[in-house]
Amino acid sequence: MGKYLVKRVLLAILSVIIISAITFFTMNLIPGGPFNKEKAASPETIRLLEEKYNLDKPVGQQYLMYMNNLLHGDWGVSLKTTRDIWTDISSKFSVSAKLGGTAAILAIIVGVVLGSAAALTRNRLPDRLIVFFTTLGTAMPSFVLATLLLLVFCLKLGWVPVWNAESPNYVLPVIALSVYPMAYITRLTKTSMLDSLNQDYVRTARAKGVPRGKVIFMHALRNALIPVITYVGPMVAYILTGSMVVENIFTIGGLGSSFVTSITNRDYTMIMATTMFLAILMVIANLITDIAYKLVDPRITFK
Amino acid sequence: MNQEEYTYKRRQILSSQVDLSKFNAKDFEKATDEEKRQQDVMGESTTFFKDGMRRLRKNPLAMGSIIVLVLIIASIIIAPHFCPYSYDQIITVNGKRDKSATNMGPMEFSKMEQKYMDETGEELFPHLFGTDSLGRDYFIRVIYGTRVSLSVGVVAAVMVLIIGLLYGSIAGYFGGTVDLIMMRIVDIIYSLPDMLMIILLSVVLNETLTPLISGTMLAKLGTNMISMFIVFALLYWVGMARLIRGQILTIKNNEYVLAARCIGTKNGRILRKHILPNCLSVIIITTALQVPSAIFTESYLSFLGLGVSRPLTSLGSLANDARGAMQSYPLRLVIPAVIICLIVLALNLLGDGLRDAFDSKLK
Repeated sequence: MGKYLVKRVLLAILSVIIISAITFFTMNLIPGGPFNKEKAASPETIRLLEEKYNLDKPVGQQYLMYMNNLLHGDWGVSLKTTRDIWTDISSKFSVSAKLGGTAAILAIIVGVVLGSAAALTRNRLPDRLIVFFTTLGTAMPSFVLATLLLLVFCLKLGWVPVWNAESPNYVLPVIALSVYPMAYITRLTKTSMLDSLNQDYVRTARAKGVPRGKVIFMHALRNALIPVITYVGPMVAYILTGSMVVENIFTIGGLGSSFVTSITNRDYTMIMATTMFLAILMVIANLITDIAYKLVDPRITFK
Repeated sequence: MNQEEYTYKRRQILSSQVDLSKFNAKDFEKATDEEKRQQDVMGESTTFFKDGMRRLRKNPLAMGSIIVLVLIIASIIIAPHFCPYSYDQIITVNGKRDKSATNMGPMEFSKMEQKYMDETGEELFPHLFGTDSLGRDYFIRVIYGTRVSLSVGVVAAVMVLIIGLLYGSIAGYFGGTVDLIMMRIVDIIYSLPDMLMIILLSVVLNETLTPLISGTMLAKLGTNMISMFIVFALLYWVGMARLIRGQILTIKNNEYVLAARCIGTKNGRILRKHILPNCLSVIIITTALQVPSAIFTESYLSFLGLGVSRPLTSLGSLANDARGAMQSYPLRLVIPAVIICLIVLALNLLGDGLRDAFDSKLK
């Protein structure tokens, strides 16, 4: 376990370094510097500015300086708004975290409940209904779902007010974000639940006269949840990327929508900082998932 | 029952003698060839492919998906031939730009068109889905959008297949240090958040590719499309490569591979003739499921404004463009959205059906 842990953490650190390198060097490929604005500045001014922000140094050295600053918590300044990026990211992330966290919890709870229900009523009506809706749910991109929800419940029926920052209503965005992972978790739970219901220890427990509910919850479900844990990492990634379009559609001022705005504004430092931030989150989520998976089921060995 | 009767009965029961008087000479003739064939209860010999297709045909969901996909593909091939409009053409009547033809509902005609039809008695082709805010026929735009989305999906899947197949089979077949190094690379690429990298690379490649390809054939396709393909080729093959490597690792330990090697068969031939055909089913299924995931990604990027360049369009960018006037013209959003869902749903169900039909583990 210790060896695996060290290896896994090292891989995570390596991928963060690679991500940062890819982001930094690809960003530097873009023609035109940050001071090439519509209004032409004199070459002398540009030279002085570049000297001030160390842009005259070789790219490799710039990368090391950037990483050094990053490790000290300095994310740089946005080129368009000239605000400190970290204050921007941290305030916007609190909105996104609330949205994404709710969606993740909802997806897990509903997914596990629906998946177990489908497994227990196999080939009967509830199972068929659940399978039908999960198939539909996995075929619908989050932006399609989000726009349709906004159109129907917000604009046509008027059941849910349009988003505003004072009285935020998270219902529709949370649904839009959580349907896909929910459907996925349902399918996952159903397969593994069916698998563990056929195991010998479940039959033994039944034969010993353990009540049905106890068999399902204590013996079958607990083991069926192990594969679900592996999906938590990818789910975090899905929700983080999904929140970009969903926040944009519902005009929620979160991290996702600010990322999209920075793409359309070509605000390179902001794009880079947000990519780094989200990438680190995803890598950490994957790391925790892998370790938790190993902790929960000691039989699993990684070769 | 007396003793005599009893012994007689017993003898009769236990006797293996046959009463010959019940038979005649005909019963002792040899069976003809036809009679022999009738005794043959063997089923017709079947191939792996035929067997799978038989099972696929029995799956109503998969067959329904095939019908839906065939209908969609047929319509995107045929429709541009009979529809007189083009995806980037603003509607003109008698050579003059029709300014009243914007934002029309389905099957409507603009005032100018109506006047023209009344005057000349000529029937104009109806705008099946209406027109967009620039006065372009929406039906043909949807058709072209579907074309772009589907071809992005298929091209991406084929690219993933080729790269993943080469990489995975080399790593799996040679094993040892080669495998170790190749798989560490895969591990690292696998741990990168793919969607973020795609967005980042699309943004960057967009800026850098534009001057490189201007004026060439590729320019029409747009830098976004090219960068999307580059990104697919760079990042998406790792899953495929892992899968194929795993398959090959199990297959290459079979006796027939050993036998082939013993008689001196070359590596390439063993891979082509003995190993790859055996993991064909897994390859087909994974490729089939790759298409909808590529369509998903493409529509997502188009929705972020990183998709195909105007005036060419895809289903994702159509949906994105329709968002502005969502409340007044909801149909323009609903149509591409429904088509995306339909395509992805059909491909997913078909992929599942293929897995059920061709995966030997489930037999």
